[in-house]
Amino acid sequence: MSIQVQGVSKSFTVGGTTHAALTDVDIDVAERELICILGPSGCGKSTLLNIVAGFLPPTSGRVLVDGRAISGPGADRGVVFQEYVLFPWLTVAGNVAFGLELKAVPSDERMRIVRHYLTLVGLNAHADKYPVQLSGGMKQRVAIARALANDPAIVLMDEPFGALDAQTREVLQDELSRIQSVEPKTILFVTHSIREAVYLADRVVVMTSAPGRIKQVVPIKLGELRDRFAAEFTQYESELTRLVKEEVAKVHE
Amino acid sequence: MMEWGLRGPTLARRRALGMRVGAIALFLASWALVAGVVEALGLVNPIFLPGPWLVIGKVVELALNGQLWAHVGATLQRVALGFSSGAVLALAVGLPAGHFRSVRRAVEPVVELLRPIPPLAMLPLFVVWIGIGEESKVGFITYATFFPMFLTTVHAVRRIDPLLVRAAESLGARPRQLFFRVLLPAALPEILTGMRLGLALSFFVIVISEFIGAEHGLGYLINDGRNFFLVPQMLGAAVVLGLLGYAGNALVRLLERRTLRWQHPA
Repeated sequence: MSIQVQGVSKSFTVGGTTHAALTDVDIDVAERELICILGPSGCGKSTLLNIVAGFLPPTSGRVLVDGRAISGPGADRGVVFQEYVLFPWLTVAGNVAFGLELKAVPSDERMRIVRHYLTLVGLNAHADKYPVQLSGGMKQRVAIARALANDPAIVLMDEPFGALDAQTREVLQDELSRIQSVEPKTILFVTHSIREAVYLADRVVVMTSAPGRIKQVVPIKLGELRDRFAAEFTQYESELTRLVKEEVAKVHE
Repeated sequence: MMEWGLRGPTLARRRALGMRVGAIALFLASWALVAGVVEALGLVNPIFLPGPWLVIGKVVELALNGQLWAHVGATLQRVALGFSSGAVLALAVGLPAGHFRSVRRAVEPVVELLRPIPPLAMLPLFVVWIGIGEESKVGFITYATFFPMFLTTVHAVRRIDPLLVRAAESLGARPRQLFFRVLLPAALPEILTGMRLGLALSFFVIVISEFIGAEHGLGYLINDGRNFFLVPQMLGAAVVLGLLGYAGNALVRLLERRTLRWQHPA
């Protein structure tokens, strides 16, 4: 499935004063493409993701999924949150099975799918644990497995690795890029980490500081297996750093 | 090393239990001593302060001749009916009121109007409206326990992390599924706390409603004891009420531990 974000603007009214969070954003995400949205904090990138997820209505403009306008959240768009948001009363396996149970998938089929995705994220040994017993990295693996097991065509990720330590972060980036090569999805990935964007994205959408607009779209032509220390990688990193810095500087003017 | 590690907590627990039993024994001993001294010196009429042996003896006597069970049964049945209908009502109104602002706006003003009135002030009204039979006693427990359980339910639903709802919706949850699979389990810990409050309140109010026009029940037994100056019977019924309340609380706690295992898995 593809996503078209068409002329989306969003403003919030707090205590009588209206301020714009997003202005006239257009993005086309092709099927099985991974797009990173990069920008300084407060630029509205999470707002954009929430609009595509259907959690927030845009003030103007629209979001099309496969040519049809969305009207709310749906199982066609899986979401992975920065805060993991697992169901604490369900085990790891129960969390991964949640969407399948909603669809009344027969139990043997369901168990097969759950095992497949737990294996994919390396958590088969922890299927019966509860979320309180897991580390942050493990929780986010469960959240990714939960989103994928529901078989959405689109996965929306809102700074999914933002709360993790640097090492765990890179491990999960590796896992995501491996999963993407095995079972490719259309992915919209919000991050403020430049390295993460260069490592994962087919294209990077750089946003301006608030109100967020698209500053530039940078295609990353690095192939599938990326080396974080290769010269081209570093080049992309410095180019994106320059673009983001201009925006951060504007905030401090 | 392992053995010490394993025995440590058991020893500590055994000691804690020992101290509890000791405290109760000490209390009973002081009571017995005071009652004994009062009786020996003839300070006041010993009928006012029977020793623990008389109270326990009375309870045993009533248990053996079967009277106690009829009273316990009557009280427990009223509590069970009144409390469970109060709980069902509190959930049926409280869950939607917590989730939907429109429902909350419609219900809350009425609840806030009635809630500050001490429920006991309404008891005579219940008697006037429904009579002195079982219905008014059960109905009164329902009325009195509704408020704390309603409020905790509304609060429980309102403080559910909205991201849990978003996560469920983006996994395809329809409103009904959202309600039973997310809102209810997420609110359950606080709902159960509210139920423990409600159960304690049930025992609180049933005694008083059994003072008024009852022929059975532990409250009746106390009131009957007052009429005929049977202090051991009054205290005995109070002790049994205490034990029932304790058991009820322990039962809900057990239910909490069972259903909320996810909070502290082994």
